[in-house]
Amino acid sequence: MGIVNPGFGGRRRQPGAGLVPPGQYLVDDFPVLSAGPTPQTALEDWDFTVVDETGAVAARWTWPEFRALPAEDITVDIHCVTKWSKLGTHWRGVPVDTVLDGVETSAEFALAFCDGGYTTNLALEDLLDGRAWVAFAYEGSDLEPEHGAPARLLVPHLYLWKSAKWVRGLRLLAEDEPGFWEGLGYHNRGDPWRQQRYWGD
Amino acid sequence: MRWLVGTVAETVPETPQAVTVHLDVPEWPGHRAGQHVDVRLTAEDGYSAQRSYSIASAPGAERLQLTIERIDDGEVSPYLTTVLDVGDQLELRGPIGGYFVWDGGDSRPVFLVAGGSGVVPLMAMMRHHAGLGSEADMHVVYSARTLADVLYRDELERLADHPHRGVTITLTREHPEGWTGPLGRVDAALLEAVGWPAWARPRCYVCGPTPFVEAVADALVGLGHTPTDVKTERFGPTGG
Amino acid sequence: MHDARLDGNAAAGRLAELFVFDVTVARTTCAGCGDARPLAELHAYLEAPGAVLRCATCGAVQLRMVRSPDRAWLDLRGVHVLEVDLPPG
Repeated sequence: MGIVNPGFGGRRRQPGAGLVPPGQYLVDDFPVLSAGPTPQTALEDWDFTVVDETGAVAARWTWPEFRALPAEDITVDIHCVTKWSKLGTHWRGVPVDTVLDGVETSAEFALAFCDGGYTTNLALEDLLDGRAWVAFAYEGSDLEPEHGAPARLLVPHLYLWKSAKWVRGLRLLAEDEPGFWEGLGYHNRGDPWRQQRYWGD
Repeated sequence: MRWLVGTVAETVPETPQAVTVHLDVPEWPGHRAGQHVDVRLTAEDGYSAQRSYSIASAPGAERLQLTIERIDDGEVSPYLTTVLDVGDQLELRGPIGGYFVWDGGDSRPVFLVAGGSGVVPLMAMMRHHAGLGSEADMHVVYSARTLADVLYRDELERLADHPHRGVTITLTREHPEGWTGPLGRVDAALLEAVGWPAWARPRCYVCGPTPFVEAVADALVGLGHTPTDVKTERFGPTGG
Repeated sequence: MHDARLDGNAAAGRLAELFVFDVTVARTTCAGCGDARPLAELHAYLEAPGAVLRCATCGAVQLRMVRSPDRAWLDLRGVHVLEVDLPPG
């Protein structure tokens, strides 16, 4: 580190002890990160699909069908690999447990796929047992387009690049397959508490 | 390309929202009109943020000048425009970018179109034109919200008082009393009225917020200018 | 609507860490649609975990770059050909 600029604090506050993973800073706003233009899929064209490891569609919901699934309100901390964290964020979504309920599979991995082409890979165990949601509301309102509307994956125990915006489904895989960032230097799993940011971390 | 250290020699308010920072950079290798620098700020706890700023000064100027517009909820510009003071140091990297540059090597007319703070790299080109004593014809079309937002207003007037340089300012949110200049957005009609026909093959440079740049570039191509003669630099939604 | 789209000029600084020449004036041919233009004109999305440059015509990803404190990764699969001007000789 070279020059320090006294009086420069950026937008963030000092983290409270024990609440924030190593190397992270708290922010008051909700930064928008994106790899491309904001998708604008109309709700009548939207669906969420689960494709099993044979390539067959194991489950599919249109928007009204998806919204009829049991949803829950959750409060979670989120951590972005670009070093910002937000504590106590409120979301509403369908647990991935519910989405995968009744899907017969021996797959251990999944690839989330999204409008715009983004993908991210996860171990199935990181998606189950109350660890992940398909979220459609944030802080009491519908998701905003830049934050993933109409629905995004939410996997708060991993870095936020795994919480894929504009998600359209999960492809179940017998073998792990790196997604958009995992194939270009970002860690395959991305546990913020172990600072798994890049390959080899 | 490594990080250099510049020391603030002077900070000059340009408008209520913008400040030009004059830097002494001992290792500065020189630059071309239109290029930019990356500035990196580091907090005491190690947190750092980077932004790009176009160089406002002409090549060969004694000091490196960056004109920064304060974005009210920005992270870096409030610091650079309100906290940074004479004697403070800044880390910067550059000069960067060989695409959006004008070197003054030929006599083709030069048509510069600026939206808001997009005028900064074009001002470097105007200043370079003056420094060279260039006889190429150069004209700036500059779109600003109000007269108070116009950067370098006096200097632009002075530079434009010259056989080979001109400036057209259009205001989009204000109609000052006695204003005889254009009002409203830059459109094909204005570009055609103050610019050159396509057969004159002007070099066009368009800089400002992304929607502005794309509308103007489309208009220029629509007027017949060859796309490769229209160079663009997008500053994002808020214009840098 | 927030649109963080810039152009290749804004990526020049970080790309200068990897290329010994100014890659923004080099011309890429899109592997998707064949559009050819200077990299400076590509649509750049830089507020991301990495830099993404997309074809200005078809939107396909041409270049991606990630930078860690001690490494960088570059994916140019979306570029069919990169054409660079070099000094004669």
